[in-house]
Amino acid sequence: MTTTPLIQIRDVHKSFGNKRVLNGVNLDMASGESVVVIGGSGTGKSVLLKCILGLLTPESGSIRVDGVETINMPDIGREVTLQRFGMLFQGAALFDSLTVWENVAFALIQGRKMRKQEAKSIALTKLAQVGLGPDVGELNPSALSGGMQKRVALARAIATDPEILFFDEPTTGLDPIMGDVINDLIVKCTRELGITALSITHDMASARKIADRIAMIHNGRIIWQGPVHSIDTVDNEHVHQFVRGLADGPIKMDVLAP
Amino acid sequence: MFIAFIAAVGRLSIFTAMGMKHCVRPPIYLDLLIRQMISIGYYSLPVVGLTALFTGMVLALQIYSGSSRFNAEGAVATIVVIGITRELGPVLAGLMVAGRVGAAMAAEIGTMRVTEQIDALTTLSTNPFKYLVVPRLIAGATMLPILVFIGDIIGVFGGYLIGTTKLDFNSSTYLKNTFDFLEISDVVSGLVKAAAFGFIVSLMGCYHGYHSRGGAQGVGRATTNAVVSASILILASDYIITELFFSK
Ligand SMILES: Nc1ncnc2c1ncn2[C@@H]1O[C@H](COP(=O)(O)OP(=O)(O)OP(=O)(O)O)[C@@H](O)[C@H]1O
Ligand SMILES: [Mg+2]
Repeated sequence: MTTTPLIQIRDVHKSFGNKRVLNGVNLDMASGESVVVIGGSGTGKSVLLKCILGLLTPESGSIRVDGVETINMPDIGREVTLQRFGMLFQGAALFDSLTVWENVAFALIQGRKMRKQEAKSIALTKLAQVGLGPDVGELNPSALSGGMQKRVALARAIATDPEILFFDEPTTGLDPIMGDVINDLIVKCTRELGITALSITHDMASARKIADRIAMIHNGRIIWQGPVHSIDTVDNEHVHQFVRGLADGPIKMDVLAP
Repeated sequence: MFIAFIAAVGRLSIFTAMGMKHCVRPPIYLDLLIRQMISIGYYSLPVVGLTALFTGMVLALQIYSGSSRFNAEGAVATIVVIGITRELGPVLAGLMVAGRVGAAMAAEIGTMRVTEQIDALTTLSTNPFKYLVVPRLIAGATMLPILVFIGDIIGVFGGYLIGTTKLDFNSSTYLKNTFDFLEISDVVSGLVKAAAFGFIVSLMGCYHGYHSRGGAQGVGRATTNAVVSASILILASDYIITELFFSK
């Protein structure tokens, strides 16, 4: 990695009120790389993704995409930058005023000014890739189960074939088989289509499958990062505890009742 | 407390400026604009029409009982039409629409905020101001004058109904008294008010929805705030606009 990274995050701080969430995050992503961020619940993984996308503004630090600083970027530049990104939100965030296929085709119709019929056929293809038939396309998102909504949101994120994909817990709420189908889809995006992906997951099986590199966030910092195969041999106690899912270790969960 | 107030005024000013800025910059989403116009204009028609009808009827009775005390019953028709067009038509329509439309806007946009749909819009390269706020602002400011104009006619008709059936006015004298003393500026000032009130209703609905936080409870609070603040701003700006049009 001697070339400039596609995404370069330096010393990013973000608080809400007096609650520090990100406390000096550093992370680089090379083009075509698949990075998985792991870490306990509430450690700021989703906040990190939103900072990179500019949905939240960090207090300090630098986030560069292709060498261009994106913090406090003017609107026009932001819109151009965001066209390169696709984002799967943790809570799906589907538009409930639109049908499923209109959700998937949204960026094609509103952003790329594609004709409806053309956009619909692309949307149906993307839905098929996440295992949803054309009949689902006509439904309202509120008529879908949580796992189906997640898959629709995934289809929407990849609809425009963006260069960079962010997945916030893509397999949470899916059954193990469908989870693996989605893992395969993400692997296909990164390995075959050369897309750069940043994923968040608690699912270690999924992380092992989709990641080139894993980074662990704890106390507002990236405390460890390394290639995926080193995850079992690393001598970092935090990572060790997290990967094994042990209650005993340096990470103390705030369980107040005995 | 005072600082919080100043901060809120600042946020609202920025929001208004952003909304206005995006109103004059393409792209405008025509299909969304039309949908909002129908939802504000067409579907508010029954509420505004009924309000105007009953207001006209009550006004005729009340003014009759007042003016008959100094033998000025002939003024009933004129005062009804002036009262409706200049004042009661726009204000009551504004308040009714604030309850009906402003609340719905705050609830819809607020839900979109707390479920991250507004964030999703941004990542799908669509500006939430253009997509959500601009159509509502334009639809509010254009549809309320039309609603009020129709309401004016219905209100005057309500007065006419009572005047001719209950108060024994002659039909043609009532109509003559209605139109002979009515000035264009009476109607125009009412419609200007209506445009301002429509803008206020949409602005408050969008603003409180857009800045809502904290789940279902937050959306509920946004809805209440949208209706209350729109109502107060309507009454306050009503005075200001009346003062501007007022001449001795
Ligand atoms: N808009 C916000 N306002 C206030 N606090 C927030 C906001 N968003 C996130 N937080 C706080 O920031 C912290 C990190 O949140 P975040 O959603 O990033 O967690 P996470 O790592 O994604 O957790 P999970 O794995 O459960 O999704 C949480 O403690 C949360 O309370
Ligand atoms: Mg999260």
